Amino acid sequence: MLMEKSKDLGTPRRGWERGLEGRNGRHPEKPVREVTVSIDGKEVSVPEGTSVMRAAALAGVGVPKLCATDTLEPFGSCRLCLVEIEGKRGFPASCTTIVEPGMKVKTFSERLAGLRRGVMELYISDHPLDCLTCPADGDCELQDMAGDVGLREVRYGYAGKNHLEAEKDTSNPYFTFDPAKCIVCSRCVRACDEIQGTFALTVEGRGFDSLIQPGPTGEFLSSECVSCGACVLACPTSALMEKAVIDLGLPSESTDTTCAYCGVGCSFHAETKGTTVVRMTPNKESLSNHGHSCVKGRFAWSYASSRDRVTKPMVRRSIEEPWQEVSWQEAIQHVASEFLRIRDQYGRYSIGAVSSSRCTNEEDYIVQKLVRAVFRNNNIDTCARVCHSPTGYGLKKAFGESAGTNPFDSVDQANLIFVVGANPTDGHPVFGSRMKQRLRAGAKLIVADPRRIDLVRTPHIEAQIHLPLRPGTNVALLNAIAHAILEEKLEDRAYIESRCDLAAFEQWCEFIRRPENSPEAMAPVTGVPAETIRRAARLYATIKPAAIYYGLGVTEHSQGSTGVMCLANLAMLTGNVGIEGGGVNPLRGQNNVQGACDVGSFPHELSGYRHVSDEKTRRNFEQAWNVEIDPEPGFRITNMLSAATIGEFKGLYMHGEDLVQSDPDASHVIEGLRNMELVVLHDIFLNESSRYAHVFLPGCSFLEKDGTFTNAERRIQLVRQVMPPLCGKQEWEVIQEIAQAMGYPMHYHHASEIMDEIARLTPTFSGVSFEKLARLGSVQWPCNERAPEGTPVMHREQFVRGKGFFALTGYVPTKEKVSERFPLLLTTGRILFHYNVGTQTRRTPNSTWSKEDLLEIHPSDAEERGIRDGDKTELRSRKGSAIMRCVVTERVAPGTVYATFHFPENRTNVLTTENSDWATNCPEYKVTAVQVSRVFEPVRHEERVNGKTAKGRGAVPVAGE
Amino acid sequence: MIEDLVQMANQIGDFFRSYPSQAEAAAGIADHLRRFWSPSMREKLIDYAQRDGRDLSEPVRAALALLQAPAERS
Repeated sequence: MLMEKSKDLGTPRRGWERGLEGRNGRHPEKPVREVTVSIDGKEVSVPEGTSVMRAAALAGVGVPKLCATDTLEPFGSCRLCLVEIEGKRGFPASCTTIVEPGMKVKTFSERLAGLRRGVMELYISDHPLDCLTCPADGDCELQDMAGDVGLREVRYGYAGKNHLEAEKDTSNPYFTFDPAKCIVCSRCVRACDEIQGTFALTVEGRGFDSLIQPGPTGEFLSSECVSCGACVLACPTSALMEKAVIDLGLPSESTDTTCAYCGVGCSFHAETKGTTVVRMTPNKESLSNHGHSCVKGRFAWSYASSRDRVTKPMVRRSIEEPWQEVSWQEAIQHVASEFLRIRDQYGRYSIGAVSSSRCTNEEDYIVQKLVRAVFRNNNIDTCARVCHSPTGYGLKKAFGESAGTNPFDSVDQANLIFVVGANPTDGHPVFGSRMKQRLRAGAKLIVADPRRIDLVRTPHIEAQIHLPLRPGTNVALLNAIAHAILEEKLEDRAYIESRCDLAAFEQWCEFIRRPENSPEAMAPVTGVPAETIRRAARLYATIKPAAIYYGLGVTEHSQGSTGVMCLANLAMLTGNVGIEGGGVNPLRGQNNVQGACDVGSFPHELSGYRHVSDEKTRRNFEQAWNVEIDPEPGFRITNMLSAATIGEFKGLYMHGEDLVQSDPDASHVIEGLRNMELVVLHDIFLNESSRYAHVFLPGCSFLEKDGTFTNAERRIQLVRQVMPPLCGKQEWEVIQEIAQAMGYPMHYHHASEIMDEIARLTPTFSGVSFEKLARLGSVQWPCNERAPEGTPVMHREQFVRGKGFFALTGYVPTKEKVSERFPLLLTTGRILFHYNVGTQTRRTPNSTWSKEDLLEIHPSDAEERGIRDGDKTELRSRKGSAIMRCVVTERVAPGTVYATFHFPENRTNVLTTENSDWATNCPEYKVTAVQVSRVFEPVRHEERVNGKTAKGRGAVPVAGE
Repeated sequence: MIEDLVQMANQIGDFFRSYPSQAEAAAGIADHLRRFWSPSMREKLIDYAQRDGRDLSEPVRAALALLQAPAERS
């Protein structure tokens, strides 16, 4: 059993000044006004607006409660928390009564005891007395309260009408609902409404007939429930219970760590028994998720113990031969001697590495050090190349730093939210819920997306404006919005004059005012009526603060970097950078995209986004590493592969990355890999790229290692080892041993020492250490002498580059155009239950919800092709073809089709082209011209079991983005 | 490989088309190539420009002329 339970103060915090600066969550600012009350004779001062229950808890007095918890608004239904207040009649509920100056509260008296016992007696008269065999035994608030009120008998007996025989709902793969154990406190319903914002649950019936219902289907799995786990966490009994706890019992140990799925970076308590993870519960103290979670982080971690894991190093001479298991020593010697041989034979630039945004900062740092200090070139790239490299380029140009400007918490202050090419409720669900809370509280919403994402219309939320633009026309649309703002003189002149480079601004004005950038000129290009563009411009420019949130729908385009600069221009134009509630905020796809980029994983940059040509920076590294560093940029991934095809690149170390599956133009990738003499793959599963590898080094899941991840808001958080590495070594140790075997001295003893080196060599990280992260929970970089506890909002006084820069963002249409043969534009995205190419989530029960990729097509396009909902269809592009079932829906506009890319057997990425962003070579995954036709063939569901192909290990790919 | 390099360079050239003067565009392109392309890629492109160069856009050709001049780092 866990030794400590976190303290529940009963009702949420109230009465503190808003604001983010100068605090790291642990140091809240002053309360607006304090009120002093007496609780059982103890004086306590609390912020105005605090409940009597919370004041009592803060005074160290526990008032019994069932329906109250400090993550939810007070409800006042259980009548257990009654108190006596001097001068007030009756017995007010302490959760819904607000403190008043001088109030004298009595939390215990004989009359109160009698009342509470009476309430408990009624609860227990309709509750099974099977405590000893109940999964919540030892972790049940009902049990605790029975003890608290001293319940000794139930006078009513059990013969009367009751719910004890109610049927248990076991449909959800991760938790059960047992109505017999339910006390109808509504905590689950309120958690679903207030925290998650799905409104899936309701209380049906009145009085004795009251029942928790997951929507009209009466069953969790088929309901609107998104399985975020908020209700399970909120449930005071075992009515909602994790199946893992039912099977294994309560956990005995808890380790705080960081989720390895999306860029929200939720903090979790990994609760274990021995080295077995029983459950992951979200950390209430964390500033990235504030105690909330999604189905992936909360439940979908069983891939870590999947039988598909490879745990022994393997080597083969050629890719035609079968794998041979070898010892670590043999594998490392082989890798080292081969890299040395190739470098001697083909020259210094013939080898390189690709690192991963799935890995920790420490791992990514040591991989780039291996390349720069041991390989002796700059041929290091990372998978951020194919997702957010344009963010790095665009924001650096505009603001001077390759990172988002504001923390997630800042959304609470936004009065307007502009979502561009992102789908937060599916892709970044925990932040999506946060955003929905703000929208329900009244913030206005503009969505620019070819598809009508859930946010456009969802319970209690409706976007003021949806701009359903044609895929590939972001720059046209954003330029037109800027044009309209200037034309109607809605720009923030004072801000621009004090904060921005005026010469560049004037030049930009001249450019953006050109008629070709007007909403009228861009309407036919984008497919959005000029008047709608103008309305969006007015709304965005007239409500402050306005926050921009964007995703891969901006970056994965041939003008990805231009699109990012357009967003930066709009935010500067309206004075929305450097303030709370505003900013330009990328929603990063993977857990550590930000971190991987921060620590120097791009071929042109050392850590902290400093160009390799910068002599001073290079000298620092040269002194620390005792080698000379190449002052010229190295190869990007695609350049390595191209160089390989002409025999100039021969050896690649691939860390946590599957180029064949996740990079564009698979045949180009395969040709490149086939031409190499050494391909080393370091990963937790064999994947598509492993077919072309000569060495496989087994890696660790996030549960098996120490390190840090940096989320989309620059927040660095600790990843802690929860179970020992299945393969016996953490990944940084393996990389260190390769470096040593190649003759370079490297002697770290723990991941924290690698972070210490990053801090010594990177001015924006100089205040970061594992000790500080453990003490504060997290810090947002820049974290240094000037900001010892980190920087929530960037560019406050001035931009990192000095003056904000308006770049000229001419619209250049993509080469990918519709034609008679390919009349539709395909764009891609994610669903909630799966993550990228599904390597992890397909190996979990998340496949229960989604077993295949689906194509969305508009009714008019479907009708023209004789396609009906659920038909199997073939998609053809200039690059390839794929088969998938379709959904006929008005979510997509006529002319646009949409598909997910989680199932490699559906081959969505085979369709996409080799087009890429002009500045960063980020592939244009979001625009592909296709034709769709019906396939007359029965769909064979049995081909896929739990989302996996029957081909087994060798065929299962690893994700990348 | 040279086709890829030409296409990439022309795409960079397209971005700089909205610049007010050809000289600024050429300088911008040259700077981009210097900062983000490996020397071997730049050499291949320059070599192509000297040998043939017909598929390169005008601003890119101007930028390559700048690159051949003694390197100026920005």
